[in-house]
Amino acid sequence: MATTTTRGPARPAPQAAHTSRRRSLGTRNALNFWLFTGPFLIGLIVFVFVPIGWSVWLSFFDARFTVTPSTFIGLDNYRTVLENPNFTDSLVTFTVFAAFIVPITWGLSLGLALMVHRLRFLRAFFRSVFFLPTACSYVAASLIWKMSIFNGVRFGLANTVIGWFGFDNVAWLADPDPPWYWLVLVTLRLWLQAGFYMILFLAALQNIPAELYEAAAIDGARPGFQTFRYITLPQLRATSTAVILLLLIAAYQAFDEFYNLMGKATWGQPPLVELYKVALGESQDYGQGSAGAVILTLLICVVTLFQGRILGFGRAEEAR
Amino acid sequence: MSAMSSTWDRRSLLRAGAGLATAGALAACGGNNGRGGGGSGSSLVQYFHAYGEAGTEQAIKRYAAAYDKASVRTQWITGNNFETKLFSALLTKQAPDVFEFHPQLQLVTSGQVADLTELIAPVKDDFNQADITSHTVDGKIYGIRMIDDPQFFYYRKSLLEKAGVGVPQTLDELVEAAAKLTTGKVKGLFLGNDITAVQYPLIWSAGADTLDSSNQIAYHTDGVISGLRTLRSLFTSGHLLLDAPADYWDPSALDQGLCAIQWGGMWSMPVMQKALGDDLGIFPFPKIGSAGRLSVYNGGWSMFVNAKGKNVDAAKEYVKWLWIDQKKYQEDWATSYGFHIPPRASIAQSATKLKSELPEQGVQLFNTYGHFDNIHWTQAMITAFNDVLANSVRKNGSPEAALDACDKKVNRELKKLQG
Repeated sequence: MATTTTRGPARPAPQAAHTSRRRSLGTRNALNFWLFTGPFLIGLIVFVFVPIGWSVWLSFFDARFTVTPSTFIGLDNYRTVLENPNFTDSLVTFTVFAAFIVPITWGLSLGLALMVHRLRFLRAFFRSVFFLPTACSYVAASLIWKMSIFNGVRFGLANTVIGWFGFDNVAWLADPDPPWYWLVLVTLRLWLQAGFYMILFLAALQNIPAELYEAAAIDGARPGFQTFRYITLPQLRATSTAVILLLLIAAYQAFDEFYNLMGKATWGQPPLVELYKVALGESQDYGQGSAGAVILTLLICVVTLFQGRILGFGRAEEAR
Repeated sequence: MSAMSSTWDRRSLLRAGAGLATAGALAACGGNNGRGGGGSGSSLVQYFHAYGEAGTEQAIKRYAAAYDKASVRTQWITGNNFETKLFSALLTKQAPDVFEFHPQLQLVTSGQVADLTELIAPVKDDFNQADITSHTVDGKIYGIRMIDDPQFFYYRKSLLEKAGVGVPQTLDELVEAAAKLTTGKVKGLFLGNDITAVQYPLIWSAGADTLDSSNQIAYHTDGVISGLRTLRSLFTSGHLLLDAPADYWDPSALDQGLCAIQWGGMWSMPVMQKALGDDLGIFPFPKIGSAGRLSVYNGGWSMFVNAKGKNVDAAKEYVKWLWIDQKKYQEDWATSYGFHIPPRASIAQSATKLKSELPEQGVQLFNTYGHFDNIHWTQAMITAFNDVLANSVRKNGSPEAALDACDKKVNRELKKLQG
């Protein structure tokens, strides 16, 4: 409102208008900067930095049943957390999970994208069909997986299917030996995620110029694997890197399906579930939970730095 | 001009957006905070876990609506994480004023529950004395028992007869029975999906206890170890129903013919009777080893007042009105949906629905073999013992090692709580 009124009378005196405009542009820029980043910054401070700081503070206190503790206990929480096999096992669990789920989802979504890309008819239909599960919640999917598909009774879907081949019923989740629960966890996440990453790959595939394939054909590249290996895959490099990063983050954030499927197990618990149980589930030990969270944050920082080195993120210009 | 108008459009859009956001924020401040608007006097919030029986939620809301000194909003918490929701809510301003839970010492030591001794004093003698004891710390009573829930085995009489199996008296006999009762379509036994439902009976039937009278560990005995070993052999035998669509608290496994014997609570009895008629019997958890004895877990739910709530006095008044004065509602709650045993003798005596054959047998098991909650046995200890079942029954770990790990956690908790 204010800017339009000053702009009106300023018209007959262009010189003066120029400086006042520049100044107003300057303040406007600053205002715009804070207008656009302010809310985000406030959110970041309130929801990320304050909790992290509070967590670090809590981790040195005997914070049971309270988040405003008064008894300082030094490193006792860290000692307890590191001595707790459930926590240390959970670090192994999510590393194994990430090691499985990232390449499998990458492969499957790329495979789906290649198939859908080659379709001549019904492409939109299949694209939607594969993408739809993304809209489903992890909790709802977990319940379907647990109660209908992978229940342990004879009429569960999975048991019915293996029954046709003469196999006995399997207790997919109750019995950790053999660890069938991984099948349940991995298939669930695949079903929910693969479609989304397929869309990313599909977009990237459509951006590969047809001339490249033509040139390759003239140079004698055989269609099929050779073209895929030397044209398609290198052209998908940027998307692949992004997908792998997103998948890794998603794997590290895994909570819902583990929480809903694994019940009172001591295996197959990623750190987030384990810490949730420590901080909220049993003794409301926010000190111990925070100590675990701090350890986890440090580990994630180390992994991120390491990953940055390998994938060369942030060095894109130099690499060129 | 067109550029100008588009700027204006964007601005007005932004302004409208900001207005909407502000309105939204204001609405969020005002509404959906769990407190009822209007009504006379103060407003209270009560937390209940979702009971499985039809009509329970409506009943609780009906009782609350009949109270005229405060408007009471009920939060009916579905899912299997009632504890976590309750515990986290208790730290916030949206904490319930009144909530149901089990007697656990940490709620008292952390000052989360209010002393209700005065409310109970006039009717103290009418309560089951074990229920008074389990809610008492240093002479003060911290909760009012609403219902007692014995847990025992349900079995299909016809299936046991057909297999020539008697009612098991020892854990070994139970294992044998499970084997004989297992056919192509029916599993012999269901102990719940994670087996933790029988963790207390396992301890008591082995002649041990969770904690002894001086609050030291009492579960780490040879009897319990041998019980865990037997459960492990049962787990791997193929005679145990695992990963059932509904857990032990639901009558479905037995009703739908998935198993011949099921661990369950007395609350399931009306539905089971309806589904199976007379083809239904009950028995306590069998003995383990020579020092063993039959046992039943007398669980249940109690009402607590949030000591840090905004309306502690109003909350106490409401709890007294409903769970001390309104005997009609108390009987309705205990017997009209699932079957529960009223903790008050005067109501238990008049509860006609518990007088017929099978419910009466349940009451008898409750009285003869029942073990009540120990207030010193807290949530952290319960979870620690859950891990014992997971590691030594579902997983092939050594029971000794699992119990050692549990000891460590329980001792840490005991030290923290008792200094």
